[in-house]
Amino acid sequence: MSTEQQGAAPATSILSVRGISKRFGGVQALQGVSFDLDAGEVLALAGDNGAGKSTLIKCISGVHQPDEGEVVYKGEPVSMANPREARRLGIETIYQDLALADNLDVGANVFLGREPARRFFGILPAIDRRQMRAAADDVLQTLEIEIPPSKLTRPVRTLSGGQRQAVAIGRAIYWQAEVLIMDEPTAALGVPEQRKVRELIERLKTKQVGVIFISHNLQDIFAVSDRILVLRRGRAVGERRIDETDHDEIVKLMVGADA
Amino acid sequence: MAGAHVDEHAEPDERPWLRFLAVAWPWLFLIVLLTFFESWARAVYGISFLLNGFNIQSIALFAAAPLLLGLGQTFVIISGGIDLSVGFVMGLAAVIMARVMQEAAGLPPGFALSLGIAAAFLVSLIPGLINGWLIAHLRVPAFIGTLGMYGVARGTGFLTAGGTTVPVNNSWLFEMGNGKLLGVPIPVIITIVAVIALHYVLSQTRFGQYTYAIGGNRMAAIRSGINVRRHTIMIYLIAAGCAGLAGMIYTARFSAGAAQAGEPMLLDSIAAVVIGGASLFGGSGTIIGTVIGALIIAVIQYGLVFVNVEPFWQFVAVGVVIIVSVLVDQSQSRLRGEALDVD
Repeated sequence: MSTEQQGAAPATSILSVRGISKRFGGVQALQGVSFDLDAGEVLALAGDNGAGKSTLIKCISGVHQPDEGEVVYKGEPVSMANPREARRLGIETIYQDLALADNLDVGANVFLGREPARRFFGILPAIDRRQMRAAADDVLQTLEIEIPPSKLTRPVRTLSGGQRQAVAIGRAIYWQAEVLIMDEPTAALGVPEQRKVRELIERLKTKQVGVIFISHNLQDIFAVSDRILVLRRGRAVGERRIDETDHDEIVKLMVGADA
Repeated sequence: MAGAHVDEHAEPDERPWLRFLAVAWPWLFLIVLLTFFESWARAVYGISFLLNGFNIQSIALFAAAPLLLGLGQTFVIISGGIDLSVGFVMGLAAVIMARVMQEAAGLPPGFALSLGIAAAFLVSLIPGLINGWLIAHLRVPAFIGTLGMYGVARGTGFLTAGGTTVPVNNSWLFEMGNGKLLGVPIPVIITIVAVIALHYVLSQTRFGQYTYAIGGNRMAAIRSGINVRRHTIMIYLIAAGCAGLAGMIYTARFSAGAAQAGEPMLLDSIAAVVIGGASLFGGSGTIIGTVIGALIIAVIQYGLVFVNVEPFWQFVAVGVVIIVSVLVDQSQSRLRGEALDVD
């Protein structure tokens, strides 16, 4: 078992990853990676391309199944056969390309794949668009996301990048995500919008959501995260609290120049 | 950083009247067309074009088969695909129905008709199933997969028919193709029922919602837990089923099945969907739009014959309408400031 336990009481960890390894053919993508994530905490995953960040989150979100090691969620070891199971447990992933259907409105995207139904004349099933719209409106309000009402019924294609990111986050929150994995959430955004997404992540923390945050952008990482886990060639090479480290040290860990 | 600012700005609020125009233009165009033929008929022949039951009925019958193909095509195109095989699937169904009813000629006419309908329907689903399977599981591009099926259905149809038309003599069949209910031809009634049913499915149900989602962002649909493969197969089954229905109506109207029955209707069906506001890149379109599109084509075709213009002009006219409708679709994208060169 990893000796890199932090000072925080392990009982509060919402997600613990213990000694996860994953191999693809001859490539050892992950080797014995462990970390803990507390509720209301933001953990950044840093690392160069090919360091294993994506493989790691895919092992947590049910896309891949680890060859070795286990994922402990709320104190129970879990195995997730697919992303749907992960989502049912409360582990949501927001992918880089957002996974929004651009041609559908906000409500339809929040409920995509889980639409509430009502019945015409008690027989014919139909999607309850009014309920979808109202619920989407509610969740956006609790996250203090401002989207003009006229845009709520328009395709999300008409929203800005930051608003779209907000819709994706809103969807996760609506479905009661307790762990939210965000893959490069600010990569496609302009500077003002990046700031909005950071504010949104701050708000998720106050809602006791555990956030795993992947980014290439150290600025972003230092702005929003509490801890940084650095991966290199499939191994966890260092874990630092944000107030105990700086850009230089993290870069050195990422490229392996510290030895 | 490349592509760092792709989404920096919200799209400027579209001007509402332009948005209205984009949605309403097929309706407006249909009204303009009807006004045109009405004035022409009154000016040149001193008769009404529209206030003429025979004309209305003929246009409806003209529109029925391309519209039926277009209904299924609407689902396919919204999901981001295309089905080039529907024309010959229609022909195949027409021939199968006729052949089965020939064989069953000794049976009571109602029973023979039921057999013919069942056989035509089941056989028409086979190409749909194969199309869907190729596209959903083997990831064959829809254009190629259904082009292959175009050939297969065409050949099979002609082989089944022995290279000629297949006549049937059955009073019930004749009634199905030429009878009327409350003054409305039965083929038109069948088409209206199909329109209502598929409009409901597309606009109200999860199935319809997922069709739009798959066309909008296939990955998003997959990640949302939608069974995209099964859904895709269902969509091509609907397209083939509609083609089968169109084939049955053909056989009923003419008391004969022909393998080339749907040949000229394939492009009309795609044109109807596109004129009705769907994008060939998927994600948008409606059944009502397709109905209007099919009516526009039928009015042009019938109207030009009615005012005694050389019939070949109808191809020119329909072609121009298709081009205009695509330009309207693109001008919407242009308003949004999207790049038009889709790579």
